[in-house]
Amino acid sequence: MCLRVKNHVILDCEHTGKEVEILVDGKVIKAFEGEPVLAALLNAGIKINRYTVKRKEPRGLFCGIGQCTDCAMVVDGKANVRTCITPVQAGMVIQTQDGLSKGE
Amino acid sequence: MLQKDVLVIGAGPAGLAASIEAGKYGASTLLVDLNMQPGGQLFKQIHKFFGSSAHRSGTRGYDIGKQLLQEAQEANVEIWMQSTVIGIFPEHKVAIEKGLDSGKKEMITIQAKKIIIATGASENAIRFNGWTTPGVMGAGAAQTMINVNHVKPGQQIVMLGTGNVGLIVSYQLMQAGCDVVSLIEAAPKIGGYAVHAAKIRRAGVPIRLRHTIIEAKKGENGCVCGCVIAEVNEHFQPIPGTEETIACDTIALAAGLKPTMDLVKLAGCKLTFNGPFGGYIPLHNDRMETSCLGIFVAGDTTGVEEANTALEEGKIAGISVAEDLGLISPDTASNQRKEIWERLHSLRLGPFGERRMQEKEAVMKEYETCIGAPIPIQ
Repeated sequence: MCLRVKNHVILDCEHTGKEVEILVDGKVIKAFEGEPVLAALLNAGIKINRYTVKRKEPRGLFCGIGQCTDCAMVVDGKANVRTCITPVQAGMVIQTQDGLSKGE
Repeated sequence: MLQKDVLVIGAGPAGLAASIEAGKYGASTLLVDLNMQPGGQLFKQIHKFFGSSAHRSGTRGYDIGKQLLQEAQEANVEIWMQSTVIGIFPEHKVAIEKGLDSGKKEMITIQAKKIIIATGASENAIRFNGWTTPGVMGAGAAQTMINVNHVKPGQQIVMLGTGNVGLIVSYQLMQAGCDVVSLIEAAPKIGGYAVHAAKIRRAGVPIRLRHTIIEAKKGENGCVCGCVIAEVNEHFQPIPGTEETIACDTIALAAGLKPTMDLVKLAGCKLTFNGPFGGYIPLHNDRMETSCLGIFVAGDTTGVEEANTALEEGKIAGISVAEDLGLISPDTASNQRKEIWERLHSLRLGPFGERRMQEKEAVMKEYETCIGAPIPIQ
């Protein structure tokens, strides 16, 4: 799946960061360095970032600007990372968060 | 402890404009924001602005953003990104958490002679069944994804709400290559400008008036696979038997915004409730000072409007702090404020603006009668 915006009538959508790989729940996906982790996941068709504490319901992108915390995931062993305001770095290890995961 | 003349919280149009004014007159100014890049929501505004040339009509939002960042640099404004204010204390001591969620965070306490709070607004949610399902998001979130991050939030979009945000974001989703299936509006008429609605209609996208979404359908993948809409009666209640299911993978909510008030409340500023402005807002005077001495506000935090009014209010706040710091004379400050208020009047005209002008005046009048003179943070 590719959901990147291309050939836009107004915007230049070339990414300035270089293309790198990140690991999401054990699967390698392509991402651009510096873009929000969430954007790379969406492009790969991954929309569920975490499951709620009690009812284990899926949650994903809601506000996109660091306010709602619905896109929190475990990043490089650290839990509750808001992926919409966290830039991609090469080799990042991302996991879907289960409840109030404590990370590692 | 780090000492600054001015601390500005929020690097959107209001915060940037305030910092530029304060910095320009020689105040040591620190601007902090929790996001990755400064500019607030300006960089997702890819459409040309309306209004007069004094308000940069015909210029796209992101170009205004670039221009402001340039001016901020020239005014020696120090900008800290990925920095969240988590406490405001007496004597204007402020606790700032700096750093990425994924990295090491640092706690920094600073003291500022003046504080300007410009934290903007956040989108309202509509709580139909299944509204928390991944694929349901704010219209602004969808706009951020396409215009800033250049990735589509989904392929088939249903937009709830036809105010200007709903209309503009729908059109921008089409420009990004998404299939906008339908726009849903509970009112009997379109909320936003006819010029935006016309673009949607020309593209052949149906706008369903007197309808609302009553349920988001969840697919086997745990994400949105459709929505159920229904006609509403004159009390906005769904009429049984009118339900229809629309296939989509994304539901965008454009149901207005409310001012982001956390820090204003934390500082103890006196509030008032104002429906047209989106909810609780801080009382302020015509210098944009709150009930707390030395704490100023600007932009959507003082009532939801748009980028140009935010810019102008930011300038007023910046000029007022420069005046209080003794960097410009009271006469100069008051003349400049007068000019800006005149420009604000011209922005708050017409069917959408006039109401806001009246409400703004009511807020300042309430300030005069209930507060009069600001007092230090308790």
